[in-house]
Amino acid sequence: MAIAKILGIETEYGVVGGPDADPTTASSIIVNAYAQQGRTRITWDFNDESPGTDARGIIGVGSLAPTIETHLANTVLTNGARLYVDHAHPEYSSPECATPAQATLYDQAGEEVMRRALRAANETLPPERAISLYKNNSDGKGNSYGTHENYLVARSVEFADVVRAMVPHFVSRQVVVGAGKVGAETDVGEAAHPAFQLSARAEFFEEVVGLETTLKRPIINTRDEPHSDAERFRRLHVICGDANMSPVATLVKLGSTALLLAALEDDGAAQFPPAPAQPVRALREFSFDVTLRHAVRDETGRTRSAWDYQDELWHLARRYVERHGGAAVAGPEEVAQILAQWREMLDGVRDDPEAVADRVDWVAKRRVVEGFQSRYDLAPRDAKLRAIDLQYHDVRRDKSLAQRVGLRPVSPDDAIRHAVAHAPESTRAYFRGQCVTRFPDDIVSANWDSIVFDVGQGPLQRIPMMDPTRGTRDLAGALFEENSTAIALVTALNG
Amino acid sequence: MTEQERIQKQRGERTRADSDDLSIVTKKGEQLKGELDDLLDEIDAVLEENAEEFVRNYVQKGGE
Repeated sequence: MAIAKILGIETEYGVVGGPDADPTTASSIIVNAYAQQGRTRITWDFNDESPGTDARGIIGVGSLAPTIETHLANTVLTNGARLYVDHAHPEYSSPECATPAQATLYDQAGEEVMRRALRAANETLPPERAISLYKNNSDGKGNSYGTHENYLVARSVEFADVVRAMVPHFVSRQVVVGAGKVGAETDVGEAAHPAFQLSARAEFFEEVVGLETTLKRPIINTRDEPHSDAERFRRLHVICGDANMSPVATLVKLGSTALLLAALEDDGAAQFPPAPAQPVRALREFSFDVTLRHAVRDETGRTRSAWDYQDELWHLARRYVERHGGAAVAGPEEVAQILAQWREMLDGVRDDPEAVADRVDWVAKRRVVEGFQSRYDLAPRDAKLRAIDLQYHDVRRDKSLAQRVGLRPVSPDDAIRHAVAHAPESTRAYFRGQCVTRFPDDIVSANWDSIVFDVGQGPLQRIPMMDPTRGTRDLAGALFEENSTAIALVTALNG
Repeated sequence: MTEQERIQKQRGERTRADSDDLSIVTKKGEQLKGELDDLLDEIDAVLEENAEEFVRNYVQKGGE
């Protein structure tokens, strides 16, 4: 039986402006501006961070483990999320969510957190030094930053089977969930010279499997840092996705991936279509081909387009749901919604793009780009078209083009506002969120799998939370009702 | 009805159906074009004025 697909998204935002135009300074101002609004002053605890651990067991020569920057602004929010400076970007890592729709909601809550942080920061800056934030993945000049998905996977699944099963999905899902991009910005991208491509990220990938996230980026990242009981869990860290502005696209990106992972856990890797013989090449070539006709050969010699792969994977996911019900991913209504949207978007991009311009980011963006191109008779990749691409992702409502193209919502605005301050109730994020909300003065630090209390007497107390499916409202709600002080809570947990 | 007549009738029906479809498609196309024009007007009003400079100044350090 597949384990619950606890999941979430971490997003690095593009940042410009600030007092000295330095992105690390601007990012720190953003994070501190939000923290100083009185929401939290609790720092992040790096005790469980081991991003250099490789899921394959051995670390290859030349693999670079990411460095952890402990001196930069870093905080825990009452909704269970982490808001911090990662390299030269402000990053929002959503709390652990129970379903794809919930993770979509908390991704949008992250946009709202950035919007509020930006407003607070810019109130302290002169207009010519104002900061801007973009939920995108590159600067158009060859520099890229990530939108990473995380999925809880049973440790019992062989890592080789994760690779075997998921590569076909990761190279092809861009036909429905790509964010779209004007032009190209890497050597390999420039060589293909696309006017417009499906994915913002695809051209930055150089390996099939690997540990790095900044150099020689791999389609399957082997970072083995489960932030939970490593005997039972893996955290699949997916780094090849685009930052979506369309919430339905986020839902389908997460939902399709979670369903396929559940199918892998329950029925194994043999049912999956064979990967392209050259996956990295396939990922890029699919991105460069907006006609969706380009097909690549698999190891057995059969050819498929990205669309064909998605069609086959959709049928696999539907068969899985018919057989097993999909409860590991979400309730029946949500699972049905994911399958229906995935199908409609897949058929739409091929047969009637206009019909899915309200859900598929690359279609929505391309429609505006081509509209401008023909209205003003512009050359492909004209600066104005690149500006549209960039401004599509602007965090500010009054500037964002994504706000204007009529994207369908997944959650109402009041639910998003609620999620800014309140944690999901059916994962351990509930426990973290309650602690941070109720006892901010007694917590020294927190991270994904523990909270450190200083209750004023005796040593610091670390409360471990090694199972992401526990610490829920059902399991811990009474604990908070019965214990109104941190010392009472810690005593009860230790008793 | 002879076989010939039946085929002709079917053809006639299909032609009528096709022309109905076409007029719907044309009407839908005009409506979509109108909607896109309105959208482009709206975007024109908020788009950064100096696109060249806006795009040139957007430089990021890599992340992750």
